[in-house]
Amino acid sequence: MKRTIPVIITSVVGTVLIFSVFFPSGRTLGEDFSLFFDIIAVFAFFLGGGNLVRIHITKIYRQRPDWGFSIVTLIGFFITLTVGLFKLGNAEGISGSVTAAGSLLQEIFVNIITPLSSTMYALLAFYVASASYRAFRAKNREATILLIAAFIILLGRTPFGMMLTQWIPESFSILQIPNLAVWIMNSANLAGQRAILIGVGLGVVAMSLRLILGMDRTYLGSDSE
Amino acid sequence: MSNIGVIISLIIISGGLLAILIYSLRGRDVDRRIIFLFVFIAVASAVLFNIEFKEHPTLIVKKVFDKIENLPSGSRVLISFDYDPAMKPEVHPMANSFVRHCLVKGHKLCLMSLWPQGQALMTETLEEVILEEFPEARYGEDYVMLGYKAGNEGVLNVIITDFRKMYATDARGTNIDSIPIFKEIKSAKDMDLILPIGGGKPGPKEWILFVGDPGNVPVAPGLAAVVAPLIYPYYPKQAIGLLGGVKGAAEYESELRQKYPRFRDVYAPALRMMGPQTLAHIVIMAFIVIGNIAFFRRKRSETGA
Repeated sequence: MKRTIPVIITSVVGTVLIFSVFFPSGRTLGEDFSLFFDIIAVFAFFLGGGNLVRIHITKIYRQRPDWGFSIVTLIGFFITLTVGLFKLGNAEGISGSVTAAGSLLQEIFVNIITPLSSTMYALLAFYVASASYRAFRAKNREATILLIAAFIILLGRTPFGMMLTQWIPESFSILQIPNLAVWIMNSANLAGQRAILIGVGLGVVAMSLRLILGMDRTYLGSDSE
Repeated sequence: MSNIGVIISLIIISGGLLAILIYSLRGRDVDRRIIFLFVFIAVASAVLFNIEFKEHPTLIVKKVFDKIENLPSGSRVLISFDYDPAMKPEVHPMANSFVRHCLVKGHKLCLMSLWPQGQALMTETLEEVILEEFPEARYGEDYVMLGYKAGNEGVLNVIITDFRKMYATDARGTNIDSIPIFKEIKSAKDMDLILPIGGGKPGPKEWILFVGDPGNVPVAPGLAAVVAPLIYPYYPKQAIGLLGGVKGAAEYESELRQKYPRFRDVYAPALRMMGPQTLAHIVIMAFIVIGNIAFFRRKRSETGA
């Protein structure tokens, strides 16, 4: 029962959603299911928040490695939750936009979350540089092609690409590095991406059918009935 | 200042790289901390010396610009802020440029987000661009903020037939039926252009698959550089053009400055970021060359031995 009911729900919802795409009369049903999904998605926030608190409290209680960070996480979580929930400092009041100008939540977002997240993302540049140095080696023919393509794209994404090749006459403008970069993205990359997209699409169809027909039940977890 | 800065930066960087090249000729690999140091010097010097380069818009960016430019005044444009602060430096300048361009052309703007963090970023655009540069723009008549809605593709699946089923109110809690812009808008199909900005899921790809293509609405996405290659298969039919990464944003800012003199003194973050990005790319390319020299030297000495 624990597994049969979810499988029936999945089969019915999946069939209805496919039906709603191909038959206009089923469109409303498809929309209704989308609305149900949105309601469920909102509840996922409660589950996510609850899970976060549970995991970090357990970590602090058992004093697992780096449990100090869990305290910081929980403090940050509860402060942001309180500020957002009660719209503290919000000029438009409790009924206004949660991110209204001057609200404490917006201040936290602009002055703490944004710089921290941007810094973490920016650090990727250092790792990309190090990884490029180690990975882009002309070890064989394929690696050499990849290396040349990477070089053209890297140069093409900077004004130097144009500076280096702007002497090339207009009739051969395809040989200018920015245009070569566009050609790689628009032809070589495009062909590969389309092939992947079609493959993924077929895979999704096969996987969806397995789910609808109840042949794949891995999404239900490993608990036995 | 900028030229002197470029010269000093290039002398420092190229001098250092030359020393590393000589070191690599012995067939040795460079320590990653040295690579980090050079990337830091390249980025820091470009920021310190305020190094800027001229940008020429590529065709794929120009198509987006021309689309907004050629829409009749009063057209309805939807901008979706589907990104978080981590992606902000790369794609937020696109959002600001789109908003500037649309408002200067007199288009009606509808701002929304499929990412929870998007609403706060939308508010930043509201404060920094709309309220500051376009004080004459009226809320509800020239622009409206729908805010964030949970549900990912589910949201798109509904708004393609009816906005009101998903958004009963705007982000400020005003009933959507009392907002003048929405008098003529029933669904996303009533939009003249959709500009989704982001680089994750849900994002521009979902806008193309769930709204643009089935609803026959032109979509012109602004994308983080890492996901731009994934959207190329949809260009030029499902995506009329696209802005990829800081470079795309800088090209758009440059075109906007050229076309509208009033934006020449407006802060253009993407154009500013192209300096550090350019120098960082050069350093990365130099290290790739050095890495290959070291690799071939080592290979030759091994074969010789």
